[in-house]
Amino acid sequence: MVMKQLLTLIAGVIFGIGLTLSGMTDPARVRGFLDIFGDWDPTLAFVMGGALIVMAVAWFIQPKMVKPLVDTTWHLPGTRHIDGKLVGGAALFGVGWGLGGLCPGPAIASLGTAPSPAAIATFVASMLAGMLLHKLVTSKNA
Amino acid sequence: MTLPGFPDAQPLEGLVGGVLIGISAAIMLLGAGRIAGVSGLLARATGIADSGPPWIMALNFIIGLVLGGLVYALAFGPVAVSYSPSLILLAAAGLFVGFGTRMGSGCTSGHGVCGMSRLSRRSITATLAFMVSGIVTVAVANALGWGW
Repeated sequence: MVMKQLLTLIAGVIFGIGLTLSGMTDPARVRGFLDIFGDWDPTLAFVMGGALIVMAVAWFIQPKMVKPLVDTTWHLPGTRHIDGKLVGGAALFGVGWGLGGLCPGPAIASLGTAPSPAAIATFVASMLAGMLLHKLVTSKNA
Repeated sequence: MTLPGFPDAQPLEGLVGGVLIGISAAIMLLGAGRIAGVSGLLARATGIADSGPPWIMALNFIIGLVLGGLVYALAFGPVAVSYSPSLILLAAAGLFVGFGTRMGSGCTSGHGVCGMSRLSRRSITATLAFMVSGIVTVAVANALGWGW
């Protein structure tokens, strides 16, 4: 149990260092990647490439393991169908990503270091509000 | 290291940082048997999501993420970042990101890194959707003078 907690904490720390080192906590750089019609900055492609190579190896190893190292079973998503909710949600996320140059990981990773706390606090607070809003809307329809 | 034609790009830092992100996601997958999806873990850690990993586990990852940024800044000094000067724009961006990632069940980490490397058609579709949407948004925002 302690191992599981320690493992996720360490994974979070490594993730945060990776995001910061790669320059992904800088919204101007992320926005630069999406600005293919303007002053394009390809850095994000290298970040994605590096992460994908390591994870491709991990997915190759995963089926050969009976169970995860510190848990008794796998907890992996099994959903396969592609619907409007998936595409619409991703498209809405893209709008916010393009507007602010921030996605959830870099936003959280810069909470402790951002030179302009008001900007990052505003973004994170309204991101959580957006998550809550989604919960309210979907629970009303259910 | 610079990239010919792109003086502002940081290919080496990007690649090394990306490998670290991959290692983190691999630790979550092979160690805990879970997807390192930040939007999902954040929703769980804040109590917004009712299902998913144990609350304390999600909270650990999110705390680790904040610590990781601090560790880097302590070791290598402050990171150059440039935010939009408009808090209204940042608030709007946050709303879209929060709502969209919950509706689409993931973000750049869950769909982009973990799902695409699994060759999940769902995640590849989602990643294409938010990339295209992001590119269109930046183009429109630039035309409206909302860039910085």
